[in-house]
Amino acid sequence: MGEFTRAFVEAGNLLVTLDPDILGIVGLSLRISLTAVLIGTLIALPLGAALALARFPGRGIPITILNAFMGLPPVVVGLAVYLFLSRAGPLGEFGLLFTPGAMVIAQAILVLPLIAALTRQTIEDLAAEYREDLAALGASRLRMLPTLLWEGRFSLTTGVLAGFGRAIAEVGAVIIVGGNIDGVTRVMTTAITLETSKGNLGMALGLGIILIGLTVGINAVAMAVTRFGRARYGV
Amino acid sequence: MKARDDTLFPAVLEDVGFAAGGQQLLTGITARLGRVPVTVLLGPNGAGKTLLLRICRGLLTPTRGSVRWGSAGTGQLGVRVGYVPQHPVMLRRSVEANVNWALALAGVPRQHRGEAARNALAAVRLEGFARVGARRLSGGERQRLAIARAWSQRPAALLLDEPAAHLDPAATISIEEAIEAVRDTGTRIILCTHDLNQARRLADEVVFMHNGRLLEQTSGSVFFERPQSEEAARFVAGELLV
Repeated sequence: MGEFTRAFVEAGNLLVTLDPDILGIVGLSLRISLTAVLIGTLIALPLGAALALARFPGRGIPITILNAFMGLPPVVVGLAVYLFLSRAGPLGEFGLLFTPGAMVIAQAILVLPLIAALTRQTIEDLAAEYREDLAALGASRLRMLPTLLWEGRFSLTTGVLAGFGRAIAEVGAVIIVGGNIDGVTRVMTTAITLETSKGNLGMALGLGIILIGLTVGINAVAMAVTRFGRARYGV
Repeated sequence: MKARDDTLFPAVLEDVGFAAGGQQLLTGITARLGRVPVTVLLGPNGAGKTLLLRICRGLLTPTRGSVRWGSAGTGQLGVRVGYVPQHPVMLRRSVEANVNWALALAGVPRQHRGEAARNALAAVRLEGFARVGARRLSGGERQRLAIARAWSQRPAALLLDEPAAHLDPAATISIEEAIEAVRDTGTRIILCTHDLNQARRLADEVVFMHNGRLLEQTSGSVFFERPQSEEAARFVAGELLV
């Protein structure tokens, strides 16, 4: 009880006082995860849609891989990105390791298969309904791709939100490639890990509450927008 | 807007057959379609009308025989032959944007789309619905939007599958008026229906089908007065064909 109440009080204090360190951590978390989701989405939407519309032998293999990669372990992704970006690695010369850029890369890789797999399923279901009508209006398969993505926009929002949830909540990848450097690569999840290990459970829980609050807030806004759109244009 | 392509007519069907799942659904259909403003494929449900229409549009490949539109194969029709299914899919956007999408596919430049869309919507009397979400429309309105959408591409022919099935008389009248408006612009109509009265109202020529076969093809006036086949005579007399 005591610990828990204190955590809430501390979280309240963190929010009320707008501690600049905390704000920095929260801001960096949002910046990294939103950028990662943006990059991941820009690749995953066309990729998922292309896989949904393409017909080639062995098509089941990339789909299975994509579906399996929805559950890609963050630490493993972190490790792989670490190896690529470390001084001796193939991309070492860019000096990205232990920078927010590295964290964006790792999270983008994490969310990409998730968003792409959900996109593939959504677009494939839509295509079953739309394909003949669009073809009769003269649309090639390539031309259907952007149209179906737009038609699926309300369902796809959920996939993108799932990607954001995965990015903002993961700690395994960012702690490896970011290094949890104070003021440089410290984000909410890595800060929570650190504070917990230091025994500052109140602070850790406070950060956790902020993290959850932000996630809920962003989802609420996205769902409200989606709902408005659905109401306007029909399900 | 490019000139309408009259070299497509007539569509020549040569011994078209279609089988699926071990069932012969269409057999030996040889015909010339689109010689008159409105051709009606008439017959009871299950006659194979929809199947034949989809084959003519190139949405299905016949398992036998061939369909050609002039020198064009069904894969080369582009936007020259439109097709409106019985339950057309409305894009999740406004009525106007649905037409704009079709116009973009037809290669109409952006600055001309607004006017073209207004014209198409006016032709089917949906001008007041331009801003409404297309999925908010009723069944009859959807059908008219689908006709406007396809017609906005200025096709030489428009294929319509049961355009007024399951709709009330008022909706049916609106749809038939839309079809007549399209016909009057020179787009040839090929529509299928099981509704004898609709055929009577619209048909310049009737293609009568039953059980996957073409039983007769005659001008509308002749068909309803003196049907040639026994099945057609029974159908015209109002008997139930199974």
